[in-house]
Amino acid sequence: MNAELRNHIIELLDKGTRLDGRSLLDYRKPVKVEYDASNSAEGSARITIGDTELIVGIKMEVSTPYPDTPDQGGLMVNTELLPLSNPEFESGPPSIEAIELSRVVDRGIRESKAIDMKKLCLIEGEKAWTVIIDICPINAAGNLFDASALGALAALKNAKFPKLGEGEVVDYSEKTDEALPLAKMPVSVTVCKIGSHFIIDPTTEEEKVIDARLTVATDEKNQLCALQKGGDYPLTIDDISKMLDIGVEKCNELRKAL
Amino acid sequence: MTYTKRLDKRKFDETRPIEAKVGVIKNADGSARFKIGNTVALAAVYGPRELYPRFMQNPEKGILRVNYNMMPFSGHGNRVRPGPNRRSKEIAMVTKNALLPVVDLSEFPNAVVDVFIELPQTDAGTRCAGICAAAMALADAGIIMKDLVSSVAVGCIDGTVVADLNYDEEAFEGIVADIPVAVLPNTGEVVLLQMDGEMSKDNMVKALELAKKVCADIYEIQKKALKEKYTVKGDKK
Amino acid sequence: MSKLLTKDKDVVVPGECLAEGMDYLPGIGTYRDGEKILASRLGLSKIDGRALELIPLSGRYLPKRGDTIIAKVTEITMSAWRVNTNSAYQAMLGMRDATSEFIPKGANLTKYFNFGDYLVCKITNVTSQRLVDITMKGPGLRKLRGGRIIQVNTNKVPRIIGKKGSMVSMVKNATGCKIIVGQNGIIWLQGEDPKMEILAVNTIKKIEEESHISGLTDRIKEFLEKETGKKIVLEQITEGGEQNDLH
Repeated sequence: MNAELRNHIIELLDKGTRLDGRSLLDYRKPVKVEYDASNSAEGSARITIGDTELIVGIKMEVSTPYPDTPDQGGLMVNTELLPLSNPEFESGPPSIEAIELSRVVDRGIRESKAIDMKKLCLIEGEKAWTVIIDICPINAAGNLFDASALGALAALKNAKFPKLGEGEVVDYSEKTDEALPLAKMPVSVTVCKIGSHFIIDPTTEEEKVIDARLTVATDEKNQLCALQKGGDYPLTIDDISKMLDIGVEKCNELRKAL
Repeated sequence: MTYTKRLDKRKFDETRPIEAKVGVIKNADGSARFKIGNTVALAAVYGPRELYPRFMQNPEKGILRVNYNMMPFSGHGNRVRPGPNRRSKEIAMVTKNALLPVVDLSEFPNAVVDVFIELPQTDAGTRCAGICAAAMALADAGIIMKDLVSSVAVGCIDGTVVADLNYDEEAFEGIVADIPVAVLPNTGEVVLLQMDGEMSKDNMVKALELAKKVCADIYEIQKKALKEKYTVKGDKK
Repeated sequence: MSKLLTKDKDVVVPGECLAEGMDYLPGIGTYRDGEKILASRLGLSKIDGRALELIPLSGRYLPKRGDTIIAKVTEITMSAWRVNTNSAYQAMLGMRDATSEFIPKGANLTKYFNFGDYLVCKITNVTSQRLVDITMKGPGLRKLRGGRIIQVNTNKVPRIIGKKGSMVSMVKNATGCKIIVGQNGIIWLQGEDPKMEILAVNTIKKIEEESHISGLTDRIKEFLEKETGKKIVLEQITEGGEQNDLH
């Protein structure tokens, strides 16, 4: 379908450049994190990576813990691929793309143990905080994965518990000074393979022609905490090893934007 | 009891601070952001574009579709469940009815113009902010329009007519009426009118006159924002 | 007593009053309401004697007969190709208009034009219902191979092309790129040197953004000279060559 575009992109990559003149392993500019993007959320951030812009907001609710983890709070990540943000997005229930994005961001936070879930428990087996992260693209122009993971972490950093009234009923009109118990700083970098080349931060056009992608989430100690291979093209172990090296290095770069 | 002093110390006919900006979403054919107090509305326009399914097409002129959505974290209390609900569907419909009188899509049979309104944060007056943003976004998209549309909520609190109620005023313990209004700036005609609460007919007419006056000010802000997008670069030179 | 309320090249918004009184005449993009002439879209005022007109600054492409456009093949039927015209309407390319070759019945049409191919084509007919026909028969009309596609505001296409193709020729000569500008805002570019191709893209974006500021040609010339480090002689518009036939 996009054979001509793919060939052209590969020709450019062979010469060490891309459609927009970037190097293969460069993020677009600016990479920007702004906090307090929505004052009705308990925490929020606006992320800009080149032309891609999204808002991440956090709501905190009190609910009953799961029976298998009675002493822990909950985490939920949800993405709405708003039709406002891209002409190809349609209204309706979350698409598989939105679900995958949510789950990859969820794993990065959950598996790195970024939030101390036990500290979210109010009354064991009865009441605990649930942290709900909602990702809303404003202008979807490629690489929503990395922007979303960065935005989720930034919003978590920004979040303050709402006031708790009598009987553990939340009073949303007041925020406390208490921040979320954040133990780790997981961010992710998605490394894409086109032909024999590896690139990061693909634009919408590049996303249409990549063979495979690997989203690499790491914490600040360079430990891997979540991976997701995307695309229907196989990767060799050698490929994966190279992509992990790129991912780890670039995660550190991206973390500086926080 | 009369409402003699507003909770946030505004004058009775004073709106909360307003900011407007056009061209905020690069992917869209037209877009705008309208902020009034702590309510923020974003609007994106896509089209005229192809419309499917086919049975929705109108061979005589293009159709306008409006979608209104609160982001899940934009509410005052609990998280708003994503996806359409009865409230958002009704607001989308009255918004569409407010915009249709100015929009001319006769050049675009079988096509659609989509308007998407999103609210990242809210504090009363969301449908009015949405209409203001949508009108600017439609103009930015180059749609044929005979006028813009300006909108504000007015109201009556314990017998006093006020402009642009905020959330605390809407929830005020007293006799409160909330009246979202949209007006065509050139003719002063009303294209959106809803009311809930309690008030006299005389106050209602007073409130509508106030809405017309406030909308005239909002129109100037919308106009300025539209012109800014297309002239700001010229000034640099 | 008529009163003019706008200046030439003012940005006006829909519903804005441009003039009062019957001495002025409403042109394209305006309408009369009683004594007043009002804008019916966002645009730049153009005052031509007594006639008031608006030059659109935004808005999507609307197919027009005689336009040369760049379109993408989206569907192949028994006897035709359907293409995306970057507008609200697709266009049809019938077998007879596709090539001078004879295409036998039941032939595999993808051999000629395949899904995703970009075609330089000409609009031959647009009905009131916006059914659009195109042809591939004509000088310069062809399938595009290699290179890349960019999209620009279709209202800026005349400025990108320039008078008699002068602007696009300047960009082509300075960057050594092949460039074809479709009236529908789709532009095809191809350059040997990636740096020059990116420069050509950036130059076109600059023209698009600054087209309504006076002194455009000089500014673009300066920009290209600075970026390439080479002097540009404006008269050096080379005629001939298939590219220029398209403008």
